[in-house]
Formats: sequence, C-alpha cells, structure tokens
Amino acid sequence: MKNLSLMRLSIWAYLAIFFAYLLGPLVIMSIAAFNSPEFPRATPWECLTFEWFSALFQDERILNGIKNSILVGFGTVVLSVAMGLAGALMLTQLGPKLRATYYTIIIAPILVPGVVIGISTLVFWDRINRMLGLDADSFLSNGLFLTVIGQSTFIASYCMLVLVARLQRYDTALTEAALDLGATHAQAFRKVLLPFMKPAIASAAVLAFLASFENYNTTTFTFGEYPTLTIELAQKVRYGITPAISALAFISVLLTVFAALFNEANIRRKELVALARKQATVEELSRGSFKMPGFLSSNWAAVALVIVACATVVVVGTATVYSPQQCIADVQEQKRLETELRIQELQRQRELRRQQQEAEQGSTAPAQSKPAGNNSGFGGVFAPSTLSGEDSSSAVEPEAKASGFGGAFAPSALSGEETSEGSGN
Amino acid sequence: MSAGVGVDLEKLWIRFGDFVAVRDANVHINGGDFFSFLGPSGCGKTTILRAVSGFLEPSEGQVLIGGNNMKGIGPNKRPTALIFQNLALFPLMKVWENITFSMEVKGASAKERRKRADELLDMIALPDQGDKLPWELSGGQRQRVAIARALCAEPDVLLLDEPLSALDLKLRQHMRTELREIQKRVGITFIYITHDQGEALTMSDNIAVMRAGVIDQIGDGKTIYNDPATAFAASFVGENNVFRGTVKQVQSDTALISTNRSGDLLARVSSANQGKMKAGDDAMMFIRPEAFALAPVGAQGDHFVTATVTNEEFEGNAFNIFMEGEGGKEMKVSLPNLGQSFDSHKGQPMTLQYDVQNAVAMPAGDLATE
Ligand SMILES: Nc1ncnc2c1ncn2[C@@H]1O[C@H](COP(=O)(O)OP(=O)(O)OP(=O)(O)O)[C@@H](O)[C@H]1O
Ligand SMILES: [Mg+2]
Repeated sequence: MKNLSLMRLSIWAYLAIFFAYLLGPLVIMSIAAFNSPEFPRATPWECLTFEWFSALFQDERILNGIKNSILVGFGTVVLSVAMGLAGALMLTQLGPKLRATYYTIIIAPILVPGVVIGISTLVFWDRINRMLGLDADSFLSNGLFLTVIGQSTFIASYCMLVLVARLQRYDTALTEAALDLGATHAQAFRKVLLPFMKPAIASAAVLAFLASFENYNTTTFTFGEYPTLTIELAQKVRYGITPAISALAFISVLLTVFAALFNEANIRRKELVALARKQATVEELSRGSFKMPGFLSSNWAAVALVIVACATVVVVGTATVYSPQQCIADVQEQKRLETELRIQELQRQRELRRQQQEAEQGSTAPAQSKPAGNNSGFGGVFAPSTLSGEDSSSAVEPEAKASGFGGAFAPSALSGEETSEGSGN
Repeated sequence: MSAGVGVDLEKLWIRFGDFVAVRDANVHINGGDFFSFLGPSGCGKTTILRAVSGFLEPSEGQVLIGGNNMKGIGPNKRPTALIFQNLALFPLMKVWENITFSMEVKGASAKERRKRADELLDMIALPDQGDKLPWELSGGQRQRVAIARALCAEPDVLLLDEPLSALDLKLRQHMRTELREIQKRVGITFIYITHDQGEALTMSDNIAVMRAGVIDQIGDGKTIYNDPATAFAASFVGENNVFRGTVKQVQSDTALISTNRSGDLLARVSSANQGKMKAGDDAMMFIRPEAFALAPVGAQGDHFVTATVTNEEFEGNAFNIFMEGEGGKEMKVSLPNLGQSFDSHKGQPMTLQYDVQNAVAMPAGDLATE
C-alpha cells in the first residue's frame, strides 16, 4: 500500500516537473507581457500594464513581418497541400517495388537541413532566372515566391505523410463506384475522394501553415524584401528585446489554446451527435423529431472555450480603460527612493568607516562636528533594513497624505517627511 | 425494356503478367436474363465482371454489350452498373444522395433527385430512410440501397459481385427472392456472381460454372445439376458421390465403367461428353446422395452398390447416411424426411440402388476441393 502511494506520488511529481518544463517558459513569457519593466521578466512584479501590446501593434516591422508570414503561410499551404496530395495519390498508384524508392525520395526533403534547402532554393532559382534571361528583380527572384517555394519543398513532404495515412484507409472501390455510375474522373475526385480526404487536408493545411509560420532556417536565405515574422524577431533580438515580444508570445499561446479548445469542442460535439443518432429510434429519425445535442451540453471543451473567450473579452475590456500610469509613476518613484537610500547607506557606511579609522587614530572630535547629511540625528540607531522597510511602506502611500500626518508618529513620520523632501528634490 | 440488352464475351483472355485469370471465355448472355457466374474463390469471376463493366481491358478477345464492341469505352460510358462485393456505398453521403449519385453527376436538381430517391426507396421497402447515413442502416438495408443506387443509373445490364456474401443465412435467403423479384420487375439483364451454388441455382436463368479461369459449363440450373459437363462441375454444384475407374464399354449414351473399388457400374454419359469416351479411358461416375435408394441386402435391383452404414445424421429435412463400401469407399445417401421412423442401421450392410439415368459418366478430371 505504501509502495503504491509512493509510486503514485512520484508519478504526479514527474508529471508536474514535466509540465513545468514544457509550459514554464510560456507561462513566464506570458506573465512578462503584462509586467511593466523594459526588459521582459516576470519577477519582480511591478505594474500590470498592457502597454507592450500596444507597443507590439505599433511596431511597423513586426506588423509587416506578421503580414508577410501570413502571405507566405497561405502560399505554402496551397502549394504544399496540393503537392502533398498529388504525392500521396501517386504513392497509392505505384507497385510495391517502386513504392519504397518513391517514398524515400519524397521523404528526403524532411531529412535535409533547412539551411541547405534555403541555399539551394536561392541558387537554383537564380540559375533559372539567368537562364531565362530575366532581370534580377523578376518574379523568380521575388522573396515571397522563393520563400513559398523553398518552404514547400519540405512542408509538402509533411503534408504527404498526413494525407497518405488517410488515403490508405480509402477504398478505391468508391472511386470505381462513382465512375461506374457515370461520373467523370474529375467528378469522382471532387465528389467522393476529396470529401473523404477533407479532415486530413485540414490537418495538413494547419500543419503546413504552422511549419511555415515558424520557419527560420530556410526563410533566412530566401526572404528578400519580404522578411517574415521569425526573421524580424531574430533581427530585433540582436538589438535587445522588449516585452512586446512577450506580448506576441502571449497572443500566440492564447490563439493556440483557443484553436485547440475549439477543435476539441467540435470533435466532442460530433461524437455526441453520433451517439444521439445511434440512440435515437428509427421513428425519431424518420419523423425528424430527433434532437441534436446542444453545443454546450456535456461538452467540457466547449465550456472551457466559452470561459476562455469570456476571460479574453474581459481582459481586453479592462485594457481599454485601465491606465497603469499612476502605478508606473509610483514604482519609478520607489525605485528612485531605493536608489537614494542605497546611496545614503553607502555614504553612512563610508562615514562610519571613516569614524572608525579616526577612532583608531585616537581623534573622535572631528567626527561629531561633521553633520551626517540628512540623516544626522539617528546615526546608526536604525538598522538599515528597518528603515528601508518603513520607507517603502510609506512610499506607496500617496505623498500628500504622508505629509498630512505631520509629526504625529515619531519614527515613520520622520521617514515620511524624508519622502516628501526627497520628492521635492 | 422488353427484350433487354444482351452481353457477349468472345474469346476473352485476361492476363495479369504471366498469370492467366480468364482463359478463352465464350459466353452469350440473353437480354433480360438472370445470368450467374458460379465458381470457387479466386477463379476469376470478379475479373470477368470488371472486364464487362470496363475497369479492365481484356488482354485478348472482346466484350460486346447489346452487340456493340466495348473496346476503349470507359466504365462511366458503359450501360452497366456494378454492385460491388463490399457495396462501396459513399460513406459521407446520405442514403438518398447515394442512391441518386448517378443523377447528380448528370446535373439533376436536388428536387428531382429527392423525388426519384423516394420512389426507389419505396421500391426497396425503405421508405423515409433517405436521410440516414449508410452506416446507420442494417446490412440488408445497405444491400438494398446499393441495388437502388445501381438501378437509379438505369443501366441496361446490372452486374452484381457476390452482393449477398456478407449477410447471414436468413437474410441471404430473403434477399435472393427479393433480387429475383426486382429483376423481373425492371426486366434488365442481371449478371450475378457467386460462389454459393444454392444461390446460383435458385435465382438464375442460366449459369456459367468457372474453374481457375476456365468456363467449364454454361446452362440452366437443371442442366448444370443433372447433366454436368465436367467432373469439376459435377463435384462443385451440389453434393455428389464420385466413382473413379476406366471405361469398359460405351453403348450409345450409356457407359459401363469398371470402377476401382465398387465393381462394374452402368451410367449415362453426360450430354457434353457423348462420343468423347471410348473403352480404356479414365472415367468418373457421379451419383447424387438423393439418387440412391436404400434396400436390404438381397433385395437387389438392376444397378446397385453394397455398403455398410458407418454414421447417420439428421438434418431436419433429410437424413444423411454415411456408408462404407468395399475397399473403404465412402458414400453418402440422403433420404427425405417424410415423417418415417428412422431406426439406426449402424453397422448394417445395405444395398444402394440407383437408376442409370441418375448416374452420370464423364472423362476423369479435377474435382472441386472443398
Ligand atoms: N490486379 C490483379 N493483379 C494480379 N492478379 C490478380 C489481380 N486481380 C485478380 N488477380 C488474380 O486473378 C485471380 C482471379 O481473381 P478474382 O478477383 O477474379 O477472383 P474471384 O473469382 O472474384 O474470387 P472471390 O470469389 O474470392 O471474389 C486470382 O487468382 C487473383 O489473384
Ligand atoms: Mg470476387
């Protein structure tokens, strides 16, 4: 029994570590998107801010990168899904001997490093461009064209793998049945094979888009005048990053969660509908009194989807009215104070050291004659930590109030006055 | 559609590489006939059907439909509709869309199609089921949908590839009659493929018996059953007791066969082999289990074999009696159950009498292996 619970405990611990490893960076990145410091970091937490999102949406280069990425993504999706489907169809037509060879050839681009594909795409099309006697700025050397072509070389292979898996479950008798019933080959393809392949085509398209969106290795050689998002990010990082990138990360995480939940909700809904149809009596089905299950009924994914959507709307709503200016000002103020205190501390320490040195030398008088700056009366009475603690607590309070208390509270009032003095400087 | 469209296979050969799937098939199928190809698994039945429907080009010879050579005409241009061995209903289309697919590809409006689908659904006794998906139907219902889908294309020739093989016995028997009725109603030519001889016999006007790519015999059910042309046909269609031996003497249409273990027996030479048997040839002789009459030893008729009862079996409509003759020769006798009390004869020697007309002799050949 004890062993068993230990086992379970260690499995949970393992899972926790595993997920922390997987999701930790994303969580930290997401938190940093809402934190006010100039450099993306989750701790120390300073102020809740949405400014990095607006910074992101005002960054021309990032926006342009996103636009290019989407353009390239769509191009790649169309090209690679088409090529992947053609490749998959071809594979099913071949005899067993040729099939293995064909498969290896068609899979090869996945194994070739992206850098190599990028360079060779560039070189190859440049050659063709020259062979055709076209200018250096012709269509064939256009960055969008090259990037789409270059990425599709290997993304088409991914698509083919996805499509082949589905195609293997296709009964070719269905196509024959369609032909037999008078359909042309094109009709049989469009009305029978394509609908069957639709789910796999959708998966392949999503896969292709994501692979294209995140591609850097190949694109870095082919982008020309159309830098994609990854290229822009990489260039930005060279000059230091801001939390705007965290904001971008957060948005993509959110979109992913959204898409995943939406997909799951849809799948579950389909399952529920199928179940309901199975349980419905023949009479119900034929009379049409059969009730489809609602989108939300016993579908946790749909519920989660709605919750996430609501949360997003609320956050966006707050973001439009919320202003972190006050908080940021406070924090800046506090930081300034801290720095000041630290300077004072240093001065005091230096003073103390000097006093000690002087005491060692036997002359204590000059020490007293020298006032110790603002801090004169207290000397070393307050431990430095106590002081800074009280200091910060009063610093968060509005300044006007602090000064309003006058000298009513002895120690803190003093530090309060110090604050107002400080802000006056 | 009074006469219907006939189909002819002329000197048809189909090869896959070196393998010959169909060898020199010559078949004439009358318009409006219910014609069956009967043969064991792998004998080339589907291959012939695919050649007729246009999915396979013959290696040699030709396929004529309604007298027209079909060479170079694709499956979508031929006046045939095929019901596939696994039905091949379109899984993502509703029943009514499945049925009217042939109209959809010709551009018929949804309203027309729906109307026609409802007519056909009534015909196959599945009214109001048009909005289901194929997998929501039972096996027999799917079967009928496949038939309706093929009929909707208004073919001149309907090709059916073992459409009942996936069904259970009761449903199969029910569908047999139903298919036959549909065929009579629509009056078009049906070419039916099966390896079930019961199916072929009950439904067909004519049957072609196939063995390993070769057509052994073509004829109506009675001819095939009573007057088989080859040893294979005799042993594949229905049950038969086989006696091997050599021809001792042939006199017009009867032959005296010197059997290996049961002595000299007289038999009728099957029509296809008359004039082809002469003394000294290897021969085979077949007597159906139900053609024997059991009699006590001594009460000998003209033609008989003696044997001992080894085992008995009650089948409901008949008693099966297993016997062992001289030299361990096994034989089976079937007696109809007429309500008679049946006492065990186990271990008893008996005489098996038969009528020469019911014993068929032919040259020796391959038997169907069970
Ligand atoms: N495309 C093909 N390539 C090579 N051989 C084939 C091909 N199609 C069929 N054959 C061979 O031809 C022979 C006949 O096949 P066919 O499908 O016509 O059999 P069948 O009589 O329909 O059998 P079943 O009752 O099992 O359906 C088989 O031996 C099969 O292996
Ligand atoms: Mg077959």
